[in-house]
Amino acid sequence: MELSNIEKLLERYFEATATVAEEEMLREYFAQEDVPLHLKEYAPMFQYFSIAREEKFTRQVPLKPRKKSYIKWISIAAVSILIFGIYFGRSYQEQREAEYAYQETKKALSLLATNLGKGTEKVAYLREFEETKQKIYNKN
Amino acid sequence: MQQTEFLNVVLPFKDKLYRLAKRLLVSKEEAEDATQEILMKLWSKNNMMENYNNVEAYAMMMTKNFCLDRLKSKQAGNLKLVHSNYRDDNVSLQNQVEVSDSLTWIERIMQELPEQQKMVLQLRDVEQYEFEEIAELLDMTATAVRVALSRARKTVREKLVQKHNYGIK
Repeated sequence: MELSNIEKLLERYFEATATVAEEEMLREYFAQEDVPLHLKEYAPMFQYFSIAREEKFTRQVPLKPRKKSYIKWISIAAVSILIFGIYFGRSYQEQREAEYAYQETKKALSLLATNLGKGTEKVAYLREFEETKQKIYNKN
Repeated sequence: MQQTEFLNVVLPFKDKLYRLAKRLLVSKEEAEDATQEILMKLWSKNNMMENYNNVEAYAMMMTKNFCLDRLKSKQAGNLKLVHSNYRDDNVSLQNQVEVSDSLTWIERIMQELPEQQKMVLQLRDVEQYEFEEIAELLDMTATAVRVALSRARKTVREKLVQKHNYGIK
């Protein structure tokens, strides 16, 4: 390429009005060996850009498969079921205990009632005795 | 999207992400960490990736934001990691020593630029993006990109000339 052309391009390059293609031409031009002395100071700049473009990201990125989110949701569901289970199981247990206590109390009360009935029967005998005693008194 | 598919989508631009991260964060390790972080973020939302019409631009924007955040927190933590052991084995030029010396200089000069100019220069001269793409990525107007780019290039030239003439003039 002609020297005057390059100089013009350089000017436009520094005014940032050159196109990508034109800048590529400059990079190519400065990649070669025989650059005139007065332009030599620009060479490292363009060479640097070309070299900087070669740098690569070499690290391996560990990409975890995304099934993990399922496991998370399943564990949340399991824990909530467990908590509900314990809660309702507890209340069911309490209900059964209450029922049992109720039955026991009922049994005890009925036992009391029958014994009380026996007591009044005996009292009835007593009254019979009292009446006959009264009759005997009246006769005398 | 499966792992291999994802890698195929990411493969063409993952180096660009890394280079942008390295330009901003300077340290190789930090740039690698940042790139890995971005790729993993992309992967974690990869079922949404089909909705983005330009995954590359989106990823570049994520990288830019991530690195700027990192820089901010780093400055707040008053921690500065700078090392410029940039070395490249691809230089097969005869005057290798001299050239590689100048190349390190440019790397260093670029480090001194303000963040925005750094990014513009990186995206244009290294990655060869169009002005419109850069404008969209950096949230600037195309004219502002041109101005910043011109300024950055001129600064690099000026400092390079200074270094060359050091001790001579």
